[in-house]
Amino acid sequence: MNYSDLFRATLPETALEIAALLVLVVDLGFLRKAALQIRTTVAAVIGVGGCIAAVSAVYAAGWAGFSAGSDLLLAAGGSAGVAQVAILVLTALTLLLLVDSAFTRNAGEYVSVVLMAAAGGLIISAAQDLLVIFVGLELLSLGLYILTAFNKQSGKSAEAAIKYYLFGGMSAAFLLFGFSYLYGLSGSTSLPKVVLGTYMASANGGAPLLYIALVMIAAGLGFKIAAFPFHLWAPDTYEGAPAPAAAFIASVSKVASFALLISISHAILWWPAMLHLKGGGVTFTVFPAGTPQPPVTVGFVTIWPMILMDLSVLSMVFGNLAALAQSSVRRLLAYSAIAHAGYILLGLAFFSWTNASAQAILYYSVTYGLTTIGAFGVVGVVERATGSDKLDSFLGLHKRNPLLAAVLLVLFLSLAGIPPFVGFWAKFNLFATVLNGGWYGFFKGPLSSLPAEALTLVAVAIAFSAVSLYYYLQVLKRAYVMPAGDESPIRVHPVTLAVLLLIGAAVLVLGCFPALLQNWIASFYPAM
Amino acid sequence: MAWAIYISFAGALISALLPKAKPEVARWWALAVAVAGLAIGIAGFAAGMGQGRQVFVDVLWVPSMGIHFLLAADGISRVLVLLTGIAAVAGVLFSWNIELRTNQFFAFYLALIGGVYGVFLSGDLFLLFVFYEIAIVPKYFLISIWGSTRREYGAMKLALYSFVGSAMVLIGLLAAYTTAGSHSTALVDLAHAGLPVSFQMWCFPLVFVGFAILAGMWPFHTWAPTGHVAAPTAASMLLAGVVMKLGAYGCLRVGIGLFPHGLDPWGFSLIGIGSWRDVFAWLAVIGIVYGALVALAQTDFKFVIGYSSVSHMGFVLLGLMTLNQIGLDGAVLQMFSHGVIAGLLFAIVGRIVYDRTHTRQFAELGPMHLSRRLPFAAWAFVFAGVASMGLPGFSGFVAELQVLVGAWQANPWWAAVSGIGIIVGVAYIWRALQKAFFTDALPSPHELGSEQAHKFASITWPEIAGVALLGISTLVVGLYPRILLDSIEPAVKALLAGGAQ
Repeated sequence: MNYSDLFRATLPETALEIAALLVLVVDLGFLRKAALQIRTTVAAVIGVGGCIAAVSAVYAAGWAGFSAGSDLLLAAGGSAGVAQVAILVLTALTLLLLVDSAFTRNAGEYVSVVLMAAAGGLIISAAQDLLVIFVGLELLSLGLYILTAFNKQSGKSAEAAIKYYLFGGMSAAFLLFGFSYLYGLSGSTSLPKVVLGTYMASANGGAPLLYIALVMIAAGLGFKIAAFPFHLWAPDTYEGAPAPAAAFIASVSKVASFALLISISHAILWWPAMLHLKGGGVTFTVFPAGTPQPPVTVGFVTIWPMILMDLSVLSMVFGNLAALAQSSVRRLLAYSAIAHAGYILLGLAFFSWTNASAQAILYYSVTYGLTTIGAFGVVGVVERATGSDKLDSFLGLHKRNPLLAAVLLVLFLSLAGIPPFVGFWAKFNLFATVLNGGWYGFFKGPLSSLPAEALTLVAVAIAFSAVSLYYYLQVLKRAYVMPAGDESPIRVHPVTLAVLLLIGAAVLVLGCFPALLQNWIASFYPAM
Repeated sequence: MAWAIYISFAGALISALLPKAKPEVARWWALAVAVAGLAIGIAGFAAGMGQGRQVFVDVLWVPSMGIHFLLAADGISRVLVLLTGIAAVAGVLFSWNIELRTNQFFAFYLALIGGVYGVFLSGDLFLLFVFYEIAIVPKYFLISIWGSTRREYGAMKLALYSFVGSAMVLIGLLAAYTTAGSHSTALVDLAHAGLPVSFQMWCFPLVFVGFAILAGMWPFHTWAPTGHVAAPTAASMLLAGVVMKLGAYGCLRVGIGLFPHGLDPWGFSLIGIGSWRDVFAWLAVIGIVYGALVALAQTDFKFVIGYSSVSHMGFVLLGLMTLNQIGLDGAVLQMFSHGVIAGLLFAIVGRIVYDRTHTRQFAELGPMHLSRRLPFAAWAFVFAGVASMGLPGFSGFVAELQVLVGAWQANPWWAAVSGIGIIVGVAYIWRALQKAFFTDALPSPHELGSEQAHKFASITWPEIAGVALLGISTLVVGLYPRILLDSIEPAVKALLAGGAQ
């Protein structure tokens, strides 16, 4: 334990917190009399500045991480590094969407809460210890509850926040309960030691307790990523929260939570390497034929993928089917988010021994986050112009604002997984690693038969993404095909338009040149 | 030839940015782009004469997964690129009267064309799939915005059928890629990966059906008539002319090329059917007969043509399943032939007749005495109809004859039953001809008077040019089929000999 190490490792979080305080000081101290527009702009600019400072801090911090004794608390580089930079970039984009919106008079407070929540996101993407994970999750979640409630004039916003808060509180309790069992089984809170401890404990008859713990944890984390059946908050929150806050919840919080799930999966496979065991070695024992099979120890590796697989299938099926029936675009995006969480969970359930799975999952969650921010940006603009987010308020969008409609087209086709947009590539990449990976992929020889389980689930995922095209087209149909009642042009704030065009262009360019983002992600990992 | 793809996509992008108020500019721009594509197609065809497979571009697109941006063409691809060029130019000519959101129409149109060129020229399975999916979305918008009868229904049905088909293909693609060891998605590499026979046995039908949905294989054909009828003229010309060929081409290049052992006998047989080959051949035969019989019973002129497409595409699929030189030659030639003839038929029905009479019901067309009032349309339809029946001298004859000969060699029953389809084919064209153009009833004096009062708009130059282009194409190929067969034969031989080589 060395405080200078801690300071170095948490430099990005520190940068965000300083920016958060700075926003408050500037907003409440110097700009009390200034016009709302100026205050909002200044707050957003400081927030974006904080994100940029934090990104450079991520790079400056190096790939060392932070350990207490022999236990790694915060990882650096690898998946954590990718997720941290992505979280900061996405946060900056959602802050830019704030410039145009007028749901609050307290822009400074909004920005500072966003930055603190983002700091929570940074912590959980790096956390390697149950306690740190929990602290980070709470920091993130508390921020999100406040953000959801930020539109004080709207009853829906308050209702959504209360729902979100109650569900969130309950799932945090589940998670903590599950963590306490893991601690009881293993005697440690450090992820690799927990994994090792659960093997030993389940060999001594502790397996049922382990199952309960893992189900509890799945419930707690399933809530964060809105996986069925822990998704109930999502449609209401997506619908009630102010658009920039909803964008933040749908993107940053997702990326951070998936980064956390990646850390857990990684620890399950690589705990021996992470423990820095000194000396020793591996002993192979060859049993003569006829020896009774030695007892097989149940650990994380058997039950955890099964839980994830179940959540994944349920989420894909339920999310896509429920989205078909929606008339509100925000609710539609919420259900589609559940479905996308299902696809990503499939990647986690078949996590591979190489970095390919982690990279594919990050690729998917980051590009999905980017696309969703754009989608919420468009929804927010349309909502301000028409007063509603119903499907019919998108009627004739191509006449009312062609650029906005074009961005919507690109983003929704990308969500549906149509090439040449990035969503297609993300899906292909993810499903390819699912087929290649799997916990048992280590033992797979070349040109062996495909794992039937993985293939079936990938087939389900692809079939349901065909279903998803229908509801995405419902929105695009209104924007492009059906006649408009009102054809007055919709004005878009230049900053918002610039952000949306940037996101649209990124979705197209990253889709045409998938290697760009892939190489960037790979650059965070030590060469294997 | 790779430029045909780039030009089309760039043309689509520029067309979207053209001023809305000037439809004239968008039209000429689209025509210029389409003609450029055709010129490249012709030049590429001429240059590739007597050569085998040519590779135009081969760069590593996604190095970590071995995905190549690989554009290549063999004799089959060159013929189909040529067809796409012809259909694209004709389609622009027949949509000369689009006034609503003209620039957007041609933007979607050219994007579709670009995707089609891309599929025919892809030498990498992943790339082929990307282009195949790119073609879906423009179709949806072309039909739902500019279409007619039940356009939103027809468009959504088409989009979902295509997407379900491509989802099946995607599963097959992923499975083949991972089974082959995840090194490369190039067609040649996958064909040489030595995929296990048991794997090919289940992957072949999956991929084949996925593609065949778009080729209009019975019983997955139902999108085709509704889609064709709902589509604006140019879109139905493209749908029948080239998009259905995408499916057939996929069946040939990916299905048969990558999984040849999927066609092996199962080892047991059920009511005479002992392999996937038998299954799909019989489905094709059913499609031929069923499409023709249903076409015979339609009251809507455009539905007749729509179902005739199902019937004619059945010949393509049957030709593929013969797995012999002459049958496959015929299948590829039939793709070209049907693309041109169906385009011509749809152009006459959808553009020349419908845009003047505003009806496609035989009961209403009959009393209009179109043979007298629109002689050009009537005689163009006679020409196209005769070509569609498969009379000697037209491309359809050579193509269908070869398919039937091939089918006879493979299984005489296939040929015998398909023969019924040809006979019915004569009947439904004859019936349409008579009901729409050459009715017996003489006009009453009253009718003559009202005809004088409401004269039809005269035939415009783009219509004449379009009919001439398509008509000459079918005639040239019909009279001198070697012009295409010289290119097709070696490519088919190579494909039969060694997978996707």
